[in-house]
Amino acid sequence: METRLSRYIWTHTRKQQLWILLVVALSMVPYFLSFDLPKRIVNGPIQGQGFEEPGSTQRFMPISFELPFFGEVTLFSGIELGRQETLLALSLVFLLLVIINGLFKFYINTYKGRLGERLLRRIRFELVDRVLRFPPKHLKRVKPAEIATMIKDEVEPMGGFTGDAFVQPALLGGQALTALVFILIQSFWLGVIAAVIVAVQALIIPRMRRRLLVLGRERQLTARELSGRVSEIVDGIGTIRGHDTSNYERADIAARLGRIFKIRYDIYQWKFLVKFLNNFLAQVTPFLFYSIGGYFALQGRLDIGQLVAVIGAYKDLPGPLKELIDWDQARQDVQVKYAQVVEQFSVEPLIHPKVQELSVGAAAPLSGALAAVNLSVADEGGARIIEHVSLQVRPNETVAITGGTGGGGEALAEAFGRLTWPESGRIVVGDTDIHELPEAIVGRRISYASSEVYTFQGSLGDNLLYGLKHAPLTDVAYDGDKAAHRRWELLEAKLAGNPSLDLNSDWIDYAAAGASGPDDLFAKIRAVLDVVLLTNDILALAVRSTIDPAVHAAFASEIVDMRGALRRRLEAEKLSDLVVFFEPGSYNIEATIGENLLFGTITDRARWEKVLETHPFFKTVLKRAGLHETFYEMGLEIAENVVELFRDLPPDHPFFQQLTFMSSEEIPVYETLLQKLRGRPIDQVSEEDAIRIIRLCFGYIEPRHRFGLLTDEMMEKIVEARREFSDGLPDDLAGIIEHYQPNRYMASASIIDNVLFGRIGHKHTDGSDRIRAIVRDLFESLGLYDKVLAFGLDFDVGAGGKRLTASQRQKLNLARTLIRLSDFYIFNQPLLALDQRTQDQITRNVFSFLRAEERNPAILWVLSNPALSDLFDRVAHFENGRLVEDKSVETSRDDSDYKELAS
Amino acid sequence: MLLKDEVEMLRRIPLFSGLPPAKLKLLAFTSDRVMFSAGENLFHQGDIGDAAYVILSGKADVLVSTPGGQLKVAEVEENSIVGEIAILCNTPRTATLTTTAPLEALRIRKDDFLKLLADFPEMAVEIMRVLADRLSQTTSELTEARSRAQRVEA
Repeated sequence: METRLSRYIWTHTRKQQLWILLVVALSMVPYFLSFDLPKRIVNGPIQGQGFEEPGSTQRFMPISFELPFFGEVTLFSGIELGRQETLLALSLVFLLLVIINGLFKFYINTYKGRLGERLLRRIRFELVDRVLRFPPKHLKRVKPAEIATMIKDEVEPMGGFTGDAFVQPALLGGQALTALVFILIQSFWLGVIAAVIVAVQALIIPRMRRRLLVLGRERQLTARELSGRVSEIVDGIGTIRGHDTSNYERADIAARLGRIFKIRYDIYQWKFLVKFLNNFLAQVTPFLFYSIGGYFALQGRLDIGQLVAVIGAYKDLPGPLKELIDWDQARQDVQVKYAQVVEQFSVEPLIHPKVQELSVGAAAPLSGALAAVNLSVADEGGARIIEHVSLQVRPNETVAITGGTGGGGEALAEAFGRLTWPESGRIVVGDTDIHELPEAIVGRRISYASSEVYTFQGSLGDNLLYGLKHAPLTDVAYDGDKAAHRRWELLEAKLAGNPSLDLNSDWIDYAAAGASGPDDLFAKIRAVLDVVLLTNDILALAVRSTIDPAVHAAFASEIVDMRGALRRRLEAEKLSDLVVFFEPGSYNIEATIGENLLFGTITDRARWEKVLETHPFFKTVLKRAGLHETFYEMGLEIAENVVELFRDLPPDHPFFQQLTFMSSEEIPVYETLLQKLRGRPIDQVSEEDAIRIIRLCFGYIEPRHRFGLLTDEMMEKIVEARREFSDGLPDDLAGIIEHYQPNRYMASASIIDNVLFGRIGHKHTDGSDRIRAIVRDLFESLGLYDKVLAFGLDFDVGAGGKRLTASQRQKLNLARTLIRLSDFYIFNQPLLALDQRTQDQITRNVFSFLRAEERNPAILWVLSNPALSDLFDRVAHFENGRLVEDKSVETSRDDSDYKELAS
Repeated sequence: MLLKDEVEMLRRIPLFSGLPPAKLKLLAFTSDRVMFSAGENLFHQGDIGDAAYVILSGKADVLVSTPGGQLKVAEVEENSIVGEIAILCNTPRTATLTTTAPLEALRIRKDDFLKLLADFPEMAVEIMRVLADRLSQTTSELTEARSRAQRVEA
């Protein structure tokens, strides 16, 4: 990258800079005209110069000028106007000039702003482009937050400076020079004095400001480090708290802030010292004029008129000069910042742009073998983690790598995956070095998956298809306003040196997934999700989500129809006790008392809490049903039990997660409440206390909590009271309960709750697994499976995929690799977060998935379980970074050495 | 069966018999009551242990997979605890447990169990005592087996 900002700006904005200079020069004409005009208005029509006689007129706007040899040339002889008309005409001209000046200013500022923003866009893009081409080693060293700060904040002032980069010095320099020349004309010696002082200012001040620049650079570095540290604290908060090192971090941050403070304070000191000196020098010139000029005048060597003119002209000198020096300061400041940033991004060897060039067509299959030739890879410290390894993976061949952690197999796989670069030796496909081939070939024909997963924020489906988004494959047809906007986008992108790739285009390379278009891609997605055993997880995510039945009306009604099918199915399989269905006429033993009473779900929790406390409706219904007192006694019983169980536990104890009745802070509250209420009948208890006790009942589920409190009689009463809640609900509470209706989709409940329309029993430990399997089966047979799965693919995985578990992320990553048709698959222990049994199963699944198709790709797998190696054609065993054994499986099976290694 | 019955049941298990009733009640409350029909697996050999089971009623076989197929090594019935080793020392399950009759059990999750031990050292001491008992028993059995083996060799 260009290291000097001014040259960078000149290279990219030369034409625009010249244009704006021209416009600025033009704008001077009306500007100076408007200076002269007020004097003419006052002297002419107002004070009456030239209108001495009543009725006398003046010529308005005669245009004539003198030309040598021709004499006077008159273009426009002007109009004769009276005094008042002249006043009006001149005022109008003044207004016109004001408008013209304003428009010039508006145009110039907008133009300069746009120029700056374009350059900013160009710099930022160039920096991100460089990040995309950084060599792997460098990426390990930099902190992401620091890079982000540089791209986001540190280059920002450069945009602001761009517009002024050349216009400002030209303009101000011109003004200062004019003033100086005027002084020189008036009096040579006084002019020389002024010039000397100006020279001193121009020499000393920037020199002094150099120290400021050094400090500025330090400020920038420390601030950048601070942002790196802050992001480290946020990322590592678990480790910090876990090791009780928060105070160490506090000390570190305080020390950094102290350093930043010192630097900033130093900057202030210098800044104002320089300012003081600058002002002093500016003021010392008039002093010299008065004293020396005055002396000359007294001596008679200088005429007083000249002296006054010089002093008058000098007024115009310090202003532009000061601004010029300020401009220079700004220039050096952004230059330092720019140089800093450029230094950070000038990394060698950067991946050549040609390697990452866009390629729309399908990549040709790789024909030769993938091989490491005398390959050595070193770690950050320079220690070799693999040494002189030569290993060839022929097309269609399957190779297992064993040797465990530190053996070197992982490092080899990383080198094949281009995550690390060789220290010596080469990695070749056929005869070509893998690093010389464009990524459009190696990035598509070689697929790599390891246990280090990066999941981008977005939907699960986006992440799954991420590996197919190589190039924009369709031309989007825009019409009307959108077309205009697209044209504008393209033009601006070009002017700022950005690529014009269309993000709205369909980037998914269906052919690369073996599909012909969006319609049959889904089958592929399903297949790979099945291979990595992720389908159930996604289905579970899908069925736990809520959908808007108004938007998905057809789906919602199909779900409602499924309820009957589920019942018939459970009956057929004699599993009816797995789910207790909601029946309007009977108590659901697996649901809470609250659910049974309301026979519905609460749509607005916060509002409900208020209603419970203040609305009389609730109490009336309970009383009428004969439940008021029963619930009160039951609540007391629950409170006693809970207080007994949880009294001794610290408030943040994880057991409180299992406590549904109250929060940990409420335990002491209920403890005192119990002491107050024990042995007192309900009619002697305040309304508020009674509610507090009664509400405990709502969360109670007999089979789960097992306090033995629910009797048949109570259940009957509760069921009877249901109707009151559905029919007798007062108008002001309408909509607060969404009632269970066997033939309606409940918007506030999840898909699975809508399917089940009941509660899974607590007794079967695998009850929910079985139900899930049955529901899945039903989805399949009713043709709803794909729709549900699609809801699951819409699941937002969160920043860095944090809403998924580590094993789900690794499965997703493997699926992302498998969905691409490649010639070589490199798996570097991709499933470390999973238990051994599942790992083995998925490994076998992947094998049969990849082997099932005719293309028969090569597989290189770094195994964590050597027992699986009999799936492969060959086993390469690594120890201490060396390849110690490379045998085909048939021969090695009888080999006792191998048995020892594999066991 | 109510919470208090489960507490009674837990008290009959040597591992828990020395604990105060209030703690047993908490243990029971935080555990799940689960049912298995005959022929179901409580857990598989090789899985990561996430819970121990106190058998309230019913029977199950302890099976170990060998190259020659599943081998039954023991049988468990009510009032016994299974799977506690895996949740104490983080090893994979050493055997598969398959029910032979409908079985009702209390499922004690690993995290809850360990948390209880951390909160109530007296419980940890009690567990240690029981485990040490078992160890000395195993050791004496091993010694016996070894001397028997030596006799056979000689």
